[in-house]
Amino acid sequence: MARITAGVTTSHVPAIGAALDLDNDTTEYWAPVFAGYKWSQEWIAEERPDVVILVFNDHASAFSLEMIPTFAIGCADEFPIADEGFGPRPVPTVLGHPGLACHLAQSLILDEFDMTVINQMAVDHGLSVPMSLMFGRTDAWPVRVVPIAVNVVQFPPPTGERCFKLGQAIRRAVQSYPEDLSVQVWGTGGMSHQLQGPRAGLINQPFDNAFLDHMTGDTSYLRSISHIEYLREAGSEGIELVMWLVMRGALGENPIELQRFYHVPASNTAVGHLVLTASK
Amino acid sequence: MPDNSDLDDIPGTTVFTAALSHQGFHLNQFCMSLKDPQNRSRFLRGTRAYLDEWPMTEQQKQAVINRDYNAMIALGGNIYFLAKIFATDGQSFQTAAASMTGMTVEEYAAMMLHGGRSPEGLRSIREGR
Repeated sequence: MARITAGVTTSHVPAIGAALDLDNDTTEYWAPVFAGYKWSQEWIAEERPDVVILVFNDHASAFSLEMIPTFAIGCADEFPIADEGFGPRPVPTVLGHPGLACHLAQSLILDEFDMTVINQMAVDHGLSVPMSLMFGRTDAWPVRVVPIAVNVVQFPPPTGERCFKLGQAIRRAVQSYPEDLSVQVWGTGGMSHQLQGPRAGLINQPFDNAFLDHMTGDTSYLRSISHIEYLREAGSEGIELVMWLVMRGALGENPIELQRFYHVPASNTAVGHLVLTASK
Repeated sequence: MPDNSDLDDIPGTTVFTAALSHQGFHLNQFCMSLKDPQNRSRFLRGTRAYLDEWPMTEQQKQAVINRDYNAMIALGGNIYFLAKIFATDGQSFQTAAASMTGMTVEEYAAMMLHGGRSPEGLRSIREGR
């Protein structure tokens, strides 16, 4: 049977991808960011998961404003790298796991999560930057990916509570998949940042650190954070943190923190990263 | 009608609601077209002519020509769509963000290096906190 073994959260700042792609990752500015992922790269090389269910948001790459799905799941064989306005990132095509993805789509919809099913999608930095941070430079990603796209671009995104419950449903669905697969769930985006308007540049380190603290143990605080509180405290783009709660919901009770990293700034953003193991 | 008084109460912040998405639809769809390298070069070669292909308002077109991102946002632009414009210009997200704050690029970069902008006093206009 398939099983969820661990969870990862990470920010997905586009400038991190650019720093790697332009060989700027050892500069004084960027080296501390990449140093925060060194342990995690070694850990995942040992863990060798078969599949990552990667919760991310599209940034006007695959989804225009013609249609705005709240939750969508990628069931394709592969996902090409999107051109975000400066050419596609020079990273490998992302390979899907249609077997698990179609099982998840069917299970989640029957479990009352009304997923949009995606059979073709280019993926942008929201997905490729976490891959680069965890696997470094590579000619072929060493894992299959089931992308789950969450709308955080147009207000309102789904609530944190809803995201948490989606994670719980993902856990149930994975556990009912017959193939023997080691599956990780990643939640990406955040932490505090605001990219627009006169308040751009907002960072809230106390908020972010409290959020990191609550990712293990009791989840009631995280699940109760309202949209207006995210907007006020973590910035208009910090509301992406709801995606971390999908991962948290999928891990079950009392996960164990193996790695924590927090760094300000990467471009306009506070970088946060966790590796958690799932409870048995 | 949803009560959006809380969303309007955050200093220096525009929350991209369905209503703004409706208002800015063509502006944002124009931005989306810049995913295509041929469209990027056509836009850079003849900005006005390219914008005239889109059913945008004159105000929206002027805001794009002036690269006035705060004005584009007020007219329904969404930052992730607008990012295609500054990517086409070869400008970084940090430079574009700085342009919306009234700070120079250097001042903004220095603020970020010192931990970013504190939320203190910028949470709520009404409550002054």
